[in-house]
Amino acid sequence: MNKMESMTGAKALMTAMEKEGVKQVFGLPGGANLPMYDEFSRCDIRHILVRHEQSAAHMADGFGRVSRKPGVCFATSGPGATNILTGIATAQADSAPMVAVTGQVPVAMIGRDAFQESDIIGMANPVVKYAFQPRSAAEVPETVKKGFFIAESGRPGPVLIDIPKDVQTNEAEMVFHDEFKIKGYHPWTDPDIVNVERAIDMLLHSEKPIILAGGGTIISSAFAELQAIAEALMLPVVTTFKGKGAFPENHPLSLGPIGMHGHAEANKMMAEADCVLAIGTRFSDRSVGTFEAFEKRLKIIHMDVDPAEIGKNQTTQVAVVGDVRASLRIMVKLLLQKQIKKTEDNTWIKHVKETKSYWKENLKLHPGEMGAAKLLRKLRELLPKESIVTTEVGQHQMWASLFYDVIQPGTFFSSTGLGTMGWGFPAAIGAKVARPDVPVVDIAGDGSFSMTENSLATAVLEDIPVIVFLLNNSSLGMVAQWQRTFYDRRMNGVEQNHCPDYVKLAESYGAQGIRAQSMDELDKAIKTALSSDVATVIDIPIDPEEDVLPFVAPGTSLSDMILPS
Amino acid sequence: MWAILSILVENKPGILFKVTHLFRSRNFNIDSISVGVTENPEYSKMTITTYGDEKQVEQIVKQLDKMIDTVKVEHLDEHKTVYRELSLFKIKLSNASDSMEINKLANAYGGKVHDVKKESIMVELTATPDQIQAFEELAKPFGIIDVARTGVAALQRSGA
Repeated sequence: MNKMESMTGAKALMTAMEKEGVKQVFGLPGGANLPMYDEFSRCDIRHILVRHEQSAAHMADGFGRVSRKPGVCFATSGPGATNILTGIATAQADSAPMVAVTGQVPVAMIGRDAFQESDIIGMANPVVKYAFQPRSAAEVPETVKKGFFIAESGRPGPVLIDIPKDVQTNEAEMVFHDEFKIKGYHPWTDPDIVNVERAIDMLLHSEKPIILAGGGTIISSAFAELQAIAEALMLPVVTTFKGKGAFPENHPLSLGPIGMHGHAEANKMMAEADCVLAIGTRFSDRSVGTFEAFEKRLKIIHMDVDPAEIGKNQTTQVAVVGDVRASLRIMVKLLLQKQIKKTEDNTWIKHVKETKSYWKENLKLHPGEMGAAKLLRKLRELLPKESIVTTEVGQHQMWASLFYDVIQPGTFFSSTGLGTMGWGFPAAIGAKVARPDVPVVDIAGDGSFSMTENSLATAVLEDIPVIVFLLNNSSLGMVAQWQRTFYDRRMNGVEQNHCPDYVKLAESYGAQGIRAQSMDELDKAIKTALSSDVATVIDIPIDPEEDVLPFVAPGTSLSDMILPS
Repeated sequence: MWAILSILVENKPGILFKVTHLFRSRNFNIDSISVGVTENPEYSKMTITTYGDEKQVEQIVKQLDKMIDTVKVEHLDEHKTVYRELSLFKIKLSNASDSMEINKLANAYGGKVHDVKKESIMVELTATPDQIQAFEELAKPFGIIDVARTGVAALQRSGA
């Protein structure tokens, strides 16, 4: 136990956060969090000012996913707090570590509909891993300690700490404990070796086994283990969209993402497989199509840190609960001990490779010079492999899934669970704060970028040079595609009519705006952006009629792909 | 199947909301719920009864167990558990003989009679939900004015 010291709740918050290693927070001040803001002038934590609290949460989210330490965002009470809810829900849906700190009206005013009061605890509870509201200043240190622990341990997630204004200003004797106990929280389970053995046995006795790597593989950094197992057992690897880049996408065994906008070869092979080793995935409907069709055909081995995921969406034959890296390490060890190693000389893997090569050569792409596939392949060609990419939500996101190969595992992030438009750009800013040493690019669409484009101010004024790779079809492209496909081309509410001019917009914020209308211009623009020390928006006008294909329509199975004609 | 879940939770404000919200948000339904503080004032015990197939009940238990405020979650075996519900029935008295008849019925189910008035009688019954349901069926012809039920409280038998 550390020695007692008298200080205010606000000061205790900063001290406790410094002890957690927090170097910066993303936020926006207001009446109810001013005592906390006042402390920024007396501590070493950098405050990064945003233009909307939703962006503060997305920045914290991007920071958290890259650093694997909770990103921190600050908002005031009432509308400030409600504004960050979308960002919190996004982090929850994708298991990202985050601590959101909100101001609240004084304790005595709670429940009286005070000015800028909102029951943020009540509103946030369904979308947080845990929510705290300390009612006295002395509770602050332990609340922060527990909050950070919950946010980053086990299956990570967002934690909300809502602090009434008088709790911030009141003084108390503060004790900063290193130890604490949360009775009902057991974030880790040791993987059961017997079940790992059963998993190996099942894989060895299957004719068409496959690995499905989900986001948990990335959260757990189980890249080396995954690759070792795939290579030892000669298993093709598909990923969920959130798991994209868990396995190098230039590896001969990689088939890329499955799902609604997965690779044709990945969906085909997943549909043919007879046994799947599913790692760190919740079997999203967007990944596996109809649940019944998926589990009917397959023997499922499911590894996950969260026991509640086992059997939630899919019936499994073998379940291994525990950190997936720990589980895969046991598997690697057993494979080495038993000297199990398969060769490429088997019918399944030959068929997989033929199918992959067929679709690489025969998938019909947009014929124009500025088709999405060509644009994203150009970006891949020019970006260093360690670059970090985020995406917004929409067609560009799915084109990124299809045509941007992640070479270095764990460098691709997207809002895959909640599908939050406006996530990518602020998340890229957070990612760049976490990794200032590598280029960070937000692959964007104009609809999604428009939702948080005011974060350009943060990128410029806080000197956080990210690149926005803006595929601009002047419309809400994915909605437009669905209206073309499922609503007989009745186009409603999707036109954005070239407004704003993104080059001028970027320039008005003091950022760099470059329009690229040919591949040569794009080549130069990417190189310019990479060598710039200011945030850059590369505006790339594209054909508004270009669809994302292949496409597995909602409510159908992976074998029912709509292919480009 | 009908399932009895016994949930030990931290005795803090808002926990009941979180637990019941979990049922709603995960598309499960609560059949009955009862809550009371335990011998240790730091904890409360909730007994929730629900319906679902084996897979659904397993999932409810896992989701409850995942909650940070839940200390222990048990799916109790109905046959190895003592479970009771308290109910109060206000029953209409139309004829002079009704009071005696209802008294007999209450005695048969181990109930107690309260608040006997000219026009109504109240019966307190502590029994299993099935027994309460059976009593209700038999009391219906007299005319039930009002009913209040607490939801099930349950404890596993020793050595079970």
